[in-house]
Amino acid sequence: MRRGRLLGGSLAALILCAFAGLLTPTLAQEAIVIDGSTTVGPIAKAFAEHYMAAHPEINITVSESGSGNGAKSLINGTCHIADMSRFMKDAEFSAAVKKGVLPVAHVVAVDGIAMIVHRSNPVQNLTLEQTRGIYLGQYTDWSQLGGPNQKIVVVSRDTNSGTYETFEQLVMQKQKMAEGVEYLGSNGAVRQKVQSTPTAIGYVGLGFIDRTVKALTVEGIAPGQETVASGRYPIARPLFMFTDGYPRLGTPLHAFITMHLSLRGQEIIEAIGFVPVTSY
Amino acid sequence: MEREQSPDREQSPDALAARRSDLLMSARASRAKRVVAFAGQSLLFLLTSSSAIVVLFIFYFIFKDALPFFQLRSLGEFLGSNRWYPTASPPEFGSLAIFLGTGLVTLGSIVLAVPLGVSAAVCLSDILPFGLRQAVKPVIEILAAIPSVAYGFFALVVFAPLLQESGGRLLSVAVWLVGVPICGLIVIVLSESVAARLPSEQRAGGRIVAMLLLGVLTVWGLYRASRGAAGLEIVSGTNALNVSIILGIMALPTVVSVSEDALQAVGRELREGSYALGATRAETILRVVIPAAGSGILAAVILGIMRVIGETMVVWMASGNAAQIPDPWYNFLEPIRTLTATIAGDMGEADHVTGSARYHVLFAMALSLLAISFACNLASEWVVRVQRKKLKG
Repeated sequence: MRRGRLLGGSLAALILCAFAGLLTPTLAQEAIVIDGSTTVGPIAKAFAEHYMAAHPEINITVSESGSGNGAKSLINGTCHIADMSRFMKDAEFSAAVKKGVLPVAHVVAVDGIAMIVHRSNPVQNLTLEQTRGIYLGQYTDWSQLGGPNQKIVVVSRDTNSGTYETFEQLVMQKQKMAEGVEYLGSNGAVRQKVQSTPTAIGYVGLGFIDRTVKALTVEGIAPGQETVASGRYPIARPLFMFTDGYPRLGTPLHAFITMHLSLRGQEIIEAIGFVPVTSY
Repeated sequence: MEREQSPDREQSPDALAARRSDLLMSARASRAKRVVAFAGQSLLFLLTSSSAIVVLFIFYFIFKDALPFFQLRSLGEFLGSNRWYPTASPPEFGSLAIFLGTGLVTLGSIVLAVPLGVSAAVCLSDILPFGLRQAVKPVIEILAAIPSVAYGFFALVVFAPLLQESGGRLLSVAVWLVGVPICGLIVIVLSESVAARLPSEQRAGGRIVAMLLLGVLTVWGLYRASRGAAGLEIVSGTNALNVSIILGIMALPTVVSVSEDALQAVGRELREGSYALGATRAETILRVVIPAAGSGILAAVILGIMRVIGETMVVWMASGNAAQIPDPWYNFLEPIRTLTATIAGDMGEADHVTGSARYHVLFAMALSLLAISFACNLASEWVVRVQRKKLKG
């Protein structure tokens, strides 16, 4: 009996030790903590991966808890970089200044969303109003938009994605999508669905346009690197990283926050499906 | 033995004690042995009960995180509305359409998997020769080994476009393929039962008349149905029908192999007893073997249902995920959204740090799923018990 209890005790102690080992953070010499938007998160993650490969002594953690939480973390001093898919609100800015934090915005990329349809679809252009109408369920047939007499299959990204968030903000203007809208889990899946459905319309990040689908012009402007970066294409927005003041030159934080200006950084941004702010 | 025992008595007490210590364990050694045995037993007990403990923990944590939703929002909104806008401000969490979507998909796939699976099981256990069965069963079981994401990919990339392009034609062929054997069986059974009510001299004639009448009626009905199906235009291939068919295929191996095992377990005695009474093979299978294996087949069906309800990847990829109640509600050609897909799809963005309603609603859904499978389990237990009682009595 006694031995059994002893055994149990030592086992419990062992498990506790293991947990303690997990919970104690490994103390890196330098750490960069990033928090915020799920849209910008992938960029930060890719940058972090790239940066840590070159500088293994620096530990970068990226969390994605939403733009608002990112701002909160920066204000409270619990993160070095706040990823945000929108600019800081007045209230956040003044709260930050009151706490002695001076938010500096770095635009790391531009997020453009393309409306795509099947290649056989004769419709070339939609206005923002029409696009919203389609997703609100006001237009249900292509003939209402100058197309064939067919029901529109409306495809959206899932509500979880940054692409959805952008679309909701820039096109839907916070109005609710119709109930019959289909949701798909990735940009690739949306493209696949549109490519195989003659009557479908969907939206994807700019990087996902290819020859298998047709990208519509919106308000007469074709989606592309140049139109998005210059802001002429209407469904586009800048993506921010905020720091507390401009980081001291030469620090890892400075290197990280300027990575989007480097050739590799631009390639990473394009690979994720965003538009770099610089053209290489 | 005796030669050894007799010198024993003559030995001195010392030698005897020494001898005994060889045979008997010291108190210390005995205690050590008992402790080891106890430790071994308790370790095994711990391992066994750990799975039960895990289940309890799952219950506890899901319940703990689901409860705040009903405090933040209301049960009436959860089950009474079909407006699912978790990201809007203010958000709406009406999940009625999502529950209905799960129900619809489950119904569809069970309608496909159960008749097909049970008849395949009967065929495997009682009709096919042994050698062929050994070859066919593993092939069916391979269906279970295909990862669900592969099924989902197939459903999205191959099956959905196929449904869009030639859905009507496919459906009308399917109506004949499924309708002919099922309706044939029904016609035979019905006309038999009609004939059984007639006096014996009219029985043969009555049977033929009934069969002809019902047969013509069925063929006409099937023709109408297939014409109707051929005229259908499937606008979007990612819909309830697509997912139901794929999930039906995924549930098949479960249904087939569990009900085949149940049919096998019926044993030779019953079958041979039935043959000895002069029953034909069909009568033996339909009246003896299947009723005797009924509880096992039901268990197979319930396992199949649970497989379908819990499946996530396929529905997330290919059901369309539109939180709407199809119009009319049984319209399988509309996209739908299921509980599992909603949990999988909304988990990432749901804020678990501050514990928003959007996070807790997913746990409320998980709790509902848990409750459904729990109810399924209880129901199957109950049916098995009733069946056993009936067989005994």
